[in-house]
Amino acid sequence: MQDNTLIKVQDLSVEFPLSSKKKVHAVSDVSLEVKEHEVLALVGESGCGKSTLGKAMIQLIKPTAGEVSFKDAVITNMPAKAFRDYRRQMQIVFQDPYASLDPRMSVRDIIAEPLETYNVCATPKETTERVVELLEAVGLSADHLYRYAHQFSGGQRQRIGIARAIALNPSFIVCDEPVSALDVSVQNQILNLLKDLQERFGLTYLFISHDLSVVRFIANRVCVMFLGKLCELGDTETIYTNPLHPYTRFLLDAIPKADPHRRRKERMLLSGELPSPVDPPSGCRFHTRCPYATEKCRTQEPEMKPVEGRMVACHLYAE
Amino acid sequence: MEKMTLQVNDLCTSFFTDKGEIKAVNHVSFDVPKRSIIGIVGESGCGKSMTARSVMRLLKYPGKIVSGSIAIEDKELTALTEAEMSNVRGEEISMIFQEPMTSLNPVMKVGKQVQEVVLLHRKVTKQEAKKEVIRIFEKVGISEPEKRYECYPHELSGGLRQRVMIAMAMICRPKLLIADEPTTALDVTVEAQILELMKNLRDEIGTSIILISHNLGVVAELCDYVHVMYAGRIVEQAETFELFDNPKHPYTIGLMNAVDSLEKKQGVLDTIPGTVPNLLDLPEGCSFEPRCGKRCEKCVECVPELHEIAPGHLVRCHACGQEV
Repeated sequence: MQDNTLIKVQDLSVEFPLSSKKKVHAVSDVSLEVKEHEVLALVGESGCGKSTLGKAMIQLIKPTAGEVSFKDAVITNMPAKAFRDYRRQMQIVFQDPYASLDPRMSVRDIIAEPLETYNVCATPKETTERVVELLEAVGLSADHLYRYAHQFSGGQRQRIGIARAIALNPSFIVCDEPVSALDVSVQNQILNLLKDLQERFGLTYLFISHDLSVVRFIANRVCVMFLGKLCELGDTETIYTNPLHPYTRFLLDAIPKADPHRRRKERMLLSGELPSPVDPPSGCRFHTRCPYATEKCRTQEPEMKPVEGRMVACHLYAE
Repeated sequence: MEKMTLQVNDLCTSFFTDKGEIKAVNHVSFDVPKRSIIGIVGESGCGKSMTARSVMRLLKYPGKIVSGSIAIEDKELTALTEAEMSNVRGEEISMIFQEPMTSLNPVMKVGKQVQEVVLLHRKVTKQEAKKEVIRIFEKVGISEPEKRYECYPHELSGGLRQRVMIAMAMICRPKLLIADEPTTALDVTVEAQILELMKNLRDEIGTSIILISHNLGVVAELCDYVHVMYAGRIVEQAETFELFDNPKHPYTIGLMNAVDSLEKKQGVLDTIPGTVPNLLDLPEGCSFEPRCGKRCEKCVECVPELHEIAPGHLVRCHACGQEV
């Protein structure tokens, strides 16, 4: 393992049983590494398994097969007691700031909960002081201590969720669509905050998003997923300026540009709908929607291979 | 003069709550020319959906149209009885919503739900109605229409459900289609398909469309005219190219900078400081004044009027003077 790797995922699969025969193949044989102090974005459409992968990486979902290691320890199947020390180092910020905060708890109690669970502070007074510190770090203030979630706007609630996630000084945070429920002007405030915290505390993020347009600013590397498989993984600028996998190209092309002069004259439209993860297509999982699919794509599954400075899983680039 | 499909004049819609009157739509006027797509953009709570619901007269208690007129061609909608309005809905104006799952009946086959609309508005047999449903399903790009006719909503993907909603809305060839955030719940690749479909329907059937969206990209892609709303009022309106080339209102500029700056690779993203004002407690002057970088004394004192700064380009701002 390289020195600066924080999390390593090896052949990870997550399946959810539907009945004795059928199961949802949410994540299939995914391997990737997250380096220390980097922001890795995980993008794809709904149902592609990106949230499941994110949650499996921090053991909120038990993987069916494969291994996740954090620093030097394998955390998959680690006994709960031993895992306790690792849990505090990995936190999560959820998408929906309305559903992820307990409506009956004050802001102080919400943010103090992780501190109390791990007995970080000696007295309740110290805990409160630490909560105020955290509130200030995310752009709120001590005035907000005894308010309840419903008294805040969506952006402010997301700030509370972020304060809770950084309370234990974690090294790794999974940001699961942290801005998709927010309006544009507020969305940028939260992205700025996340980036600022990442730089200030040397955090590592897995930034999950369905929206490629919000990723460019925050991510160092981007990983594109389709139906439980990785398609392309590389540096953000490489992916944005020269996407290779057909799916990545479709995703980037589909973003509506806020400039009528850049209206697409001839649209590259993806035909059809997402295939079912219960019964994924044979060979390359994208072949049913891919305009370049050949016989090989229908039968043989492409592997992630290095091409032009990034990793791609596509037969088009096999030599 | 151009023929108008819809003319909204000085519309005010309020919600009368225990805490006071919420002016959700505040003196809003706009026209929808025939065969055009007009966009209404703004952030959540700006009144864009309530404008649409007022046109459909689908406001929920305690919401009420306080004043103003809404005319489709020459028919004044605010004067109609509830029964007359029922005939207008679906026949002359129809609406699609953000979340197609909650707008469809979960225990009824989707084909039947669309057939119901035909049977309600036309004197046809069930057989004929079914044929028509299958024809419209084909038109809106539903593959295997006969098979989909027999499906329940939960068996369809989000994109297909939205296509069913569009089929239902378009089957009586309405003069006006109101699409309230039609692609917000969909993935980008599906969103592109649905936007393309709406454009084709306009071209083929000639329906005018009001597209309501928070997404400037969606609006830039599809609309001929754009109205920007903030805290219940239209703050800027112009033809799409003019608006995006020459935004004048500080709020419009702020929104556009926020979106454009996402292409930045480092530094800090542009934001609009502060938050949307409480509609129960609107500032006396311009509602954007507390967040505005160009504010002056006049902005605190009185609400600016919409004034024309270039042909067809109207702005509600004291700072964007009559310089043009």
